[in-house]
Amino acid sequence: MATQVETKGWTRDQMAARAAKELRDGFYVNLGIGIPTLVANHVPQGMTVTLQSENGMLGIGPFPYDDEVDADLINAGKQTISQLPQTSYFDSAQSFAMIRGGHIDLAVLGGMEVSEKGDLANWMVPGKMIKGMGGAMDLVAGVKKIIVVMEHVSKNGDPKFIPECTLPLTGRNVIDMIITDLAVFQRPDHDSPFRLIELAPGVTRGEVREKTSAHYLE
Amino acid sequence: MQKIYQSAESALEGLLFDDMTIAAGGFGLSGIPERLIDAIQASGVKDLTIASNNAGIDNEGLGKLLRTRQVKKMISSYVGENKEFERQYLAGELEVEFCPQGTLAERMRAGGAGIPGFYTKTGVGTQVAEGKEVKLFDGEEYILELGIRADLAIVKGWKADECGNLMFRKTARNFNFPAATCGKICVAEVEEIVPVGSLDPDCIHLPSIYVNRLILGAPYEKKIEFRTVRQREAA
Repeated sequence: MATQVETKGWTRDQMAARAAKELRDGFYVNLGIGIPTLVANHVPQGMTVTLQSENGMLGIGPFPYDDEVDADLINAGKQTISQLPQTSYFDSAQSFAMIRGGHIDLAVLGGMEVSEKGDLANWMVPGKMIKGMGGAMDLVAGVKKIIVVMEHVSKNGDPKFIPECTLPLTGRNVIDMIITDLAVFQRPDHDSPFRLIELAPGVTRGEVREKTSAHYLE
Repeated sequence: MQKIYQSAESALEGLLFDDMTIAAGGFGLSGIPERLIDAIQASGVKDLTIASNNAGIDNEGLGKLLRTRQVKKMISSYVGENKEFERQYLAGELEVEFCPQGTLAERMRAGGAGIPGFYTKTGVGTQVAEGKEVKLFDGEEYILELGIRADLAIVKGWKADECGNLMFRKTARNFNFPAATCGKICVAEVEEIVPVGSLDPDCIHLPSIYVNRLILGAPYEKKIEFRTVRQREAA
């Protein structure tokens, strides 16, 4: 009889909280859909972080109250949101000029696969319906620092941090940090290998090694 | 010179032909030129190539033109949330050119600004780069992307004055600005038309030179794809 494996590692919200530790006062940040969106709930007290929405907004506020919902005010995930006193609006060309031009300090994105050379695949699975890359390719090409937040292994238990991506790439040599439910990997620049810098509670180096096929420094 | 037309149909008169290219504003269902889309559907024009960030959803926005099989090709960055699109695409009935969102916006901006192409880092080393010229700048690779020049641009604004100066509202601005500039001719629909002199010249988002024809599209229902709210704390 298989027994229930004891829960360990980080939950989705804890992964987001770990990513939030990379925020710095004054940062302009773009958050992807899914776990990355939760990072907004973990901005430290007293720190000013301005969130960018690639459909043309700086200064994303919380979801609106029911009687304040505005169809003209949505985020990149097409969810209704609210504005803040410091909010500004602009068009899509301007939005991606600031992304591509390196003016955004940090982007936190989801991932299907990350290679040991920092390649990211997160936009299509061959044979499945392609929805499109949206703004992901622009973000990884232009934003100063890119963090990927993803489960350590796929639903089938296959490693997602691997020697070479098998899925079509979103960007080549673009990732700076990987946060999974088990561990954190980081590299100082795009010529260096990733290093394991942190383990989630109850997770061992051996377990991370066993569930990772990418080469990394311990 | 009169830019204001009484209906979307009359504003599009003489501008539509089979196999044409149309640039459309909007992001999701926010800021889509819905009256003009309805009129294009009613006209029956076909084999359209449409450059638009999204393709609407089932029977909303550009989804209406997909349903009536008037679209030959979409140039888009994201086309989720659309079953009919999926069906036609998987059946090989609809051609799709996936274009990164920022590259699409810049292709429209460039096309409207007289720039036939530009080099970008976006998409280097991916499928998007296949078949495109690669050039090194300071040792880094960039790919050549081409500007888009559309036969017609259709956009949705908030307020316009009678000569076509236009303001957008909140995130409904999105692709409406770059799309408007890249059309050989641009037709805009707005929620309100005000007399010349009523808008602060410092607050015009789209100068009138880019708007050739204008209609009052109100009243708008303004559909929402994902209504997300928070609870008010008890007083």
